[in-house]
Amino acid sequence: MKFIKHLIILVIAVTSFVSCGDTSSKNKQQETAAFYCPMKCEGEKTYPKKGSCPICKMDLIPVKSATSKILADAAISETSIFNLTSTWNTEEGKSIQLEALKGKTLVMVMIYTTCQSACPRLVADMRSIEAKIPKNISDKITYVMISIDPETDTPKRLKEFAIENYMDGEQWTFLQGTNSSVREFANVLAVKYKQISPLDFSHSNIISVFNPKGELVHQQEGLGVDNKETIANIIKTSK
Amino acid sequence: MKTILRLVICALFLWASPINCQSKMVSIKGSTYTPLYGRDSLQVNVTNFLMDVYPVTNQEYLQFVKKNPRWKKSKIIRLFADESYLIKWKSDTVIHTNEELKSPVTNISWFAAKAYCKQQGKRLPTIDEWEYVAMANKTLPDARRLTSYNEYILSWYEQPKTFKKMIGSTFKNYWGVYDLHGLVWEWTSDFNSVLVSGESRKDVDNDSNLFCGSAAIGATDLMNYAAFMRYAIRGSVKAKYTLKNLGFRCVKDN
Repeated sequence: MKFIKHLIILVIAVTSFVSCGDTSSKNKQQETAAFYCPMKCEGEKTYPKKGSCPICKMDLIPVKSATSKILADAAISETSIFNLTSTWNTEEGKSIQLEALKGKTLVMVMIYTTCQSACPRLVADMRSIEAKIPKNISDKITYVMISIDPETDTPKRLKEFAIENYMDGEQWTFLQGTNSSVREFANVLAVKYKQISPLDFSHSNIISVFNPKGELVHQQEGLGVDNKETIANIIKTSK
Repeated sequence: MKTILRLVICALFLWASPINCQSKMVSIKGSTYTPLYGRDSLQVNVTNFLMDVYPVTNQEYLQFVKKNPRWKKSKIIRLFADESYLIKWKSDTVIHTNEELKSPVTNISWFAAKAYCKQQGKRLPTIDEWEYVAMANKTLPDARRLTSYNEYILSWYEQPKTFKKMIGSTFKNYWGVYDLHGLVWEWTSDFNSVLVSGESRKDVDNDSNLFCGSAAIGATDLMNYAAFMRYAIRGSVKAKYTLKNLGFRCVKDN
């Protein structure tokens, strides 16, 4: 008898706990519509109410409707890359999941920094795409370079590479994963790669464009190819 | 005293039973070997590891999806598997009457295979590990030079619907592993390192030995037509593809 009593208590406790979790997550979603400081005094911090920044006293600006709409739309679609839960290190030493990139158009490419032949051209292709994007939408796009050599390409090395290649701006993000997460991500992009020697890889040269929800919209294959279509797709998804 | 002893035995039994649920593994002693394609077709080092004796079966995969509902047929997301995922299953937890529980599970994507192995505390074998074990026949660790070895595999390629056979229905090889040849193709963790697809012709650098035509000439072992077919299929699939003759097994570091 006592046992049954305990069991019932346990069941009640568990179910009430679960429902608690549900409501709190809903609240969280609603809170994401927010305001930010134009000077970014406290980095990416957002504030729940309209007013002025506690540090520089400038008027807070509402987070752009497009972004907040996507944030509110928390459901990730079946084909979104944000379904991947692996953790990545950025060149700034931050540790993120891909979902942190949500809300902006993503232009992604897989490279490695010790690459002699194709990567410098892929990097040039990326810069050429970035240069052709109209200024008024440039803040809606993130360019992501993922290293296929996570052992050599540490955050420090990636940062150096970014500076060397004039890609240290905010719109550029470099990611270091693990052998397994990089393999998985390459499979999502249908990128093939193989280590030839400790510092040299063979790999497909594919630049992929994802919409702000993380769904693949376009892939450009090859080196130095005409990027008109890629740019048209980036502009389309960023509007 | 007797009761205590009985209790201990009982506890041991209970403790051991979940381990028995895990499929049997055998240890593979590593060595160097020359793969069909390695790093520049050089010798490749394979370290010691454990490998599943059989491919993962429908039954085992059924247990997995029951515990991990996100991999159910109805729940799987399109990023991780195409439309034919587990197509031979009647529903999420029931296989078709004309399918065998003891047959290898097929119509499985790379993502699903990877998740299954991870859940078991294992991982998918690399191409090199798989090929290393698969070059054995009943008595030799490397039988690739034998005509009988190659003929056996090629005769399998000619048989229809071998994926319907039950596990263990082919030979036990030198290492004690069954069914590497004869039932289904198997996923490997780094299958996407094979660059023998269309794109290798146009946009892959530094890899002239993998161009379609010249690939055959660059291959280290011209006799090994059977292995060539395996590399070709690895080069042609994508991770979310699910094929009726493509299954998997897991390995573990020793």
